[in-house]
Amino acid sequence: MSEANDKQDPQAGALVPETLTAAVKQAETDFAAAADLDALAAVKPAHLGDQSPLLLARREIGALPKQEKAEAGKRVNEARQSIQAAFDARRAVLQVERDEKVLREEVVDVTLPWDRVPRGARHPIATLSERIADVFVAMGYEVADGPELEAEWFNFDALNFGKDHPARQLQDTFYVGEEDSGLVLRTHTSPVQARTLLHRDLPVYVVCPGRTYRTDELDSTHTPVFSQVEGLAVDKGLTMAHLKGTLDAFARAMFGESSKTRLRPHFFPFTEPSAEVDVWFEQKKGGAGWVEWGGCGMVNPNVLRACGVDPEVYSGFAFGMGIERTLQFRNGIPDMRDMVEGDIRFTLPFGTEA
Amino acid sequence: MKVPTSWLTEHLDLDEGVTVQDLVDAFVRIGIEVDDVRPLQPVTGPLVVGRVAEIEELTEFKKPVRFCRVDVGESDDGTDKADENVDDDDDADDGPFEDDGPAGIRTRGIICGATNFAEGDLVIVALPGTVLPGGFEIASRKTYGRISDGMICSASELGIGDDHSGILVLPPSTASPGEDANKLLILDDTVLEVTQTPDRGYTLSVRGLARELSNALDAPFGDPASIEVPEAESVAWPVHLEDTEGCKRFVLRRVKDLDATAPTPWWMRRRLMLAGIRSISLAVDVTNYVMLELGHPLHAFATSSVKGDLVVRKAKPGEKLTTLDDVERTLDVDDVVIADDSGVISLAGTMGGASTEITPESTDVLLEAAHWDPSSISRTARRHKLFSEAAKRFERFTDPQLCAVAVEFAARLLRQYGDGSILPGRTDEGGVEPNPPVTMPINLPDDVAGVRYERGVTVRRLSQIGCKVNVGTSEDGTALVTAVPPSWRADLVQSADLVEEVLRLEGYDSIPSVLPEAPAGRGLTDTQRRRRSVARALAEAGYVEVMPFPFISDSVWDSFGLAEDDVRRKTVRVRNPLEADKDRLASTLLPGLLEMVQRNISRGFKDVSLFHLGQVVLPGPNPLPMPSPGVDRRPTDEELAVLEAAVPPQPLHVAVVLAGLRGRAGWWGAGEQANWADAVQAARLVAQAAGVELTTVAADQPPWHPGRCAQLRVGQWPVGYAGELHPKVVEALGLPPRTVAMELDLDAIPIPDSRPAPRISAYPPVLLDVALVAEAGVPSADLAEALREGAGELLEDITLFDSYQGEQLGEDKRSMAYKLRFRAADRTLTVDEATKARDAAVAVAGERFGASLRT
Repeated sequence: MSEANDKQDPQAGALVPETLTAAVKQAETDFAAAADLDALAAVKPAHLGDQSPLLLARREIGALPKQEKAEAGKRVNEARQSIQAAFDARRAVLQVERDEKVLREEVVDVTLPWDRVPRGARHPIATLSERIADVFVAMGYEVADGPELEAEWFNFDALNFGKDHPARQLQDTFYVGEEDSGLVLRTHTSPVQARTLLHRDLPVYVVCPGRTYRTDELDSTHTPVFSQVEGLAVDKGLTMAHLKGTLDAFARAMFGESSKTRLRPHFFPFTEPSAEVDVWFEQKKGGAGWVEWGGCGMVNPNVLRACGVDPEVYSGFAFGMGIERTLQFRNGIPDMRDMVEGDIRFTLPFGTEA
Repeated sequence: MKVPTSWLTEHLDLDEGVTVQDLVDAFVRIGIEVDDVRPLQPVTGPLVVGRVAEIEELTEFKKPVRFCRVDVGESDDGTDKADENVDDDDDADDGPFEDDGPAGIRTRGIICGATNFAEGDLVIVALPGTVLPGGFEIASRKTYGRISDGMICSASELGIGDDHSGILVLPPSTASPGEDANKLLILDDTVLEVTQTPDRGYTLSVRGLARELSNALDAPFGDPASIEVPEAESVAWPVHLEDTEGCKRFVLRRVKDLDATAPTPWWMRRRLMLAGIRSISLAVDVTNYVMLELGHPLHAFATSSVKGDLVVRKAKPGEKLTTLDDVERTLDVDDVVIADDSGVISLAGTMGGASTEITPESTDVLLEAAHWDPSSISRTARRHKLFSEAAKRFERFTDPQLCAVAVEFAARLLRQYGDGSILPGRTDEGGVEPNPPVTMPINLPDDVAGVRYERGVTVRRLSQIGCKVNVGTSEDGTALVTAVPPSWRADLVQSADLVEEVLRLEGYDSIPSVLPEAPAGRGLTDTQRRRRSVARALAEAGYVEVMPFPFISDSVWDSFGLAEDDVRRKTVRVRNPLEADKDRLASTLLPGLLEMVQRNISRGFKDVSLFHLGQVVLPGPNPLPMPSPGVDRRPTDEELAVLEAAVPPQPLHVAVVLAGLRGRAGWWGAGEQANWADAVQAARLVAQAAGVELTTVAADQPPWHPGRCAQLRVGQWPVGYAGELHPKVVEALGLPPRTVAMELDLDAIPIPDSRPAPRISAYPPVLLDVALVAEAGVPSADLAEALREGAGELLEDITLFDSYQGEQLGEDKRSMAYKLRFRAADRTLTVDEATKARDAAVAVAGERFGASLRT
């Protein structure tokens, strides 16, 4: 609304092309000058509002002679479209600017610590036990359980430990209850062999991970409470070659594809022949090599008989490995105590897998 | 057992070039563990035999110090005397050595701190320039005010024994001064420490080990027990075998006129020393030597101390015996003993008695070798905690055919080295039946191994271990092999035992690796899956899994504030606990878990949330008698049921403890103290993982806070408790204030038959709020339940969003505000319908608890 317009004849001057062009120009200048969306909104009524020059000019079209109406209307519309376009363009630019500014202003330090919700973890012995169970379940085995406080009959007698045989003493047993209670804390997971054979139909392929007990003082290499995994297969025609194949598969699952096992003759009352198992693997601490892993053998016919299995028809193999040992090998844990003391610094890094 | 390889290979005809490592590998291959391989360390430089010519005691020092003149075979002119003079006369041993020494003999002055030698003794001298094991270099040096021109060595300094209490004194006449001592010490030798399995007692001997090596290396073996035992003319001493179960055979031989002072020959001492056995006297050394060589322990009685006939019998009640270790022992009626007219003189097979001990004056000895029942010896050794070398062998079975051989061997050694005379008589009471034959299909080893062995392997290997082998055919045409095990192998009683012999000698490395095809399995059971789900849910909710030991102290119950008759006090006792005060098996997981919380807190952590999944032991009021079914057959179902019932129930529990903050404090603001509701929340997580609904009711159950403890129920069954611990318990156990805990019996939660899928309605809900005022004592859960019942099936969800108590409500009143979400399964619910349902809900709450709408 320049002064020049005011001085002109309002009716004629508002519709002349020069005036309209000037109004468009003025609008473009004002819009461009608006620094932000608020400023743009503030100048909008002056150019697009009810009292803007173009709206006022449109009202005057009616007073024009008929032959001029169309021409004048067209000019006003074009002018208005130009102004609207200028407005939209400017608004789009300002909106982008504003959005960018908002995002700029909302920047935070994403490296701030965010451990508001405490983290938890599974014990690696527990998760490794589950992993081992899964390896065997994948081979068709089932998982068997048994009590930790066990009848001597299951822990020793049924497993062919003679009453006074030195082997019974080798086990460093915790005796429980009164003298004649016949109860011990199981010294190995092997009593589950007897329980399994007494309760399941043949053939049997089971593993049993679980806690076991021996009277060793806690130190860096011993713990009185530890975990074992027992494996037992009883079927027709099972051989020591099958035992070896199973152990090799187990070793590969635990220690990588290139690992392998080796058997050394040994003695266990519940297997005959018996062997100790060494495992070779690449990631062994101090370089690839052999390390003692556990015990195994062909189930002693005396055990089968005590469990009502005919050793003339069925044969089987059994093996037992320390889970702490397995974890030590896999994860390079130097001190056994770390696994039993329950310090959260040891367990937390394992998360929910071992 | 420690043994030098030179001793082992004495009985073997080995190929040239068989190394110590080959022997070690052979042992390991056939099942004898080698724990240590210790080559004797070489000594370089002038290590010579010396004779102590003169001893001067230097008394001005705090400890005994001797300055010795030692003849090391050097003549005055510096030549080596030993080169020209082969040996001294025997009389040199008798009298004191002349101080001056024979003309032409030069002595060296050597300082020595040991006092176990005398003038005239032969010793080993490291002259200056000698380098002893460990790089210890000997030089001439001034010490204690004298020039010490060498060193008199102990066995440990020479690396041939552990005894460093004194210097090594050689038996007289073993060598001459100046001789190279290396020839005596034979340092080109290696000591193996082997561990035998308990089934192979025969390998606790050089005889047995050498035989194993012979089998492993296919090398000829000369049996050291091949000694001709002469016919006996009479008995050596009268013996009555009363306990023929405990003692199957008893052999005695008598040696008289023994030179009690005769030294043990050097070669024998050296072997005993390397085997870790101290030399005591010729008679004792000989019995030990024969035991190591043949594997059969011997006992030597001083004949002069034996009163009257010997009797082998069980001990009588209250009988006592002072054993060789000077301990008076009260005997058990199960102990087998040897007695004479004076009473018990020996604990059979375990340790001799002091009254008949061989002394330096004994010139007449009775040598005993008996075959004792292994179980009996095992019981006696355990009972008296006497794990002697003899007991170790007897309880693993000794070769009964060796009794006469072993005493004969010992008697001859005493005759040879102690000038004794063997009396013609020999006592030989009792007898042992030969081992019964074992028959099996000749291909059984192949079938067990999964290997096709070469023809003849079974017969060859069984013969090699000493079996008498016959081959035959069964009625159905199967080729059979029958083996009579040798006398030293009582462990070969069934075909599996023979199979093992064939397999281990053929080598386990020849067994291929074949994966068996197990039948399709059913995967984990629901119970096993639930256990995993529960553990994972708790870990993901911020709890750290721990695995405490189940050993607890009785005193914890007092800290817990348990009533005298609380069922949790009923625990089973460990008879031989590692820590005397922790001799109970946990009936709840909380004591162990709280201990771990304390440990973490003591290590600097303030906010600790732990969980444990584990078995607890819940003994019944009275322990059930434990049957002991035989093992020659399957127990009957009844026997099995009784057996299993006698094992106390051990349900799987899950417990959590939270101490400190549940929500951490940090730059974002303050933390959130763990409270009783977190403990209940943990229980709900468990229930959710287990697929059941959990309800709670207020409970007063120590060690929880009486006003902040929820009993956890599934249906109407209590399965556990959750809440804040009692302030007194927290104080007594030194826990952070407001520590909370939850424990429940996972096994008490039934496995849901199925988890039916809910039907989801897509129609819009109607949301209504309702605030009820009721007595403050009305449990929120009960009020919600009343609303739920009253609202009927249109009610989809109910949430408590406000709980308020204030003056305007009136004393003991509480306002509870709920958000109700109504929805119909089949139509758009109208507000009217929803309101009616809400009103019905309020009506039930009013009816049941006098609750009214808050206005």
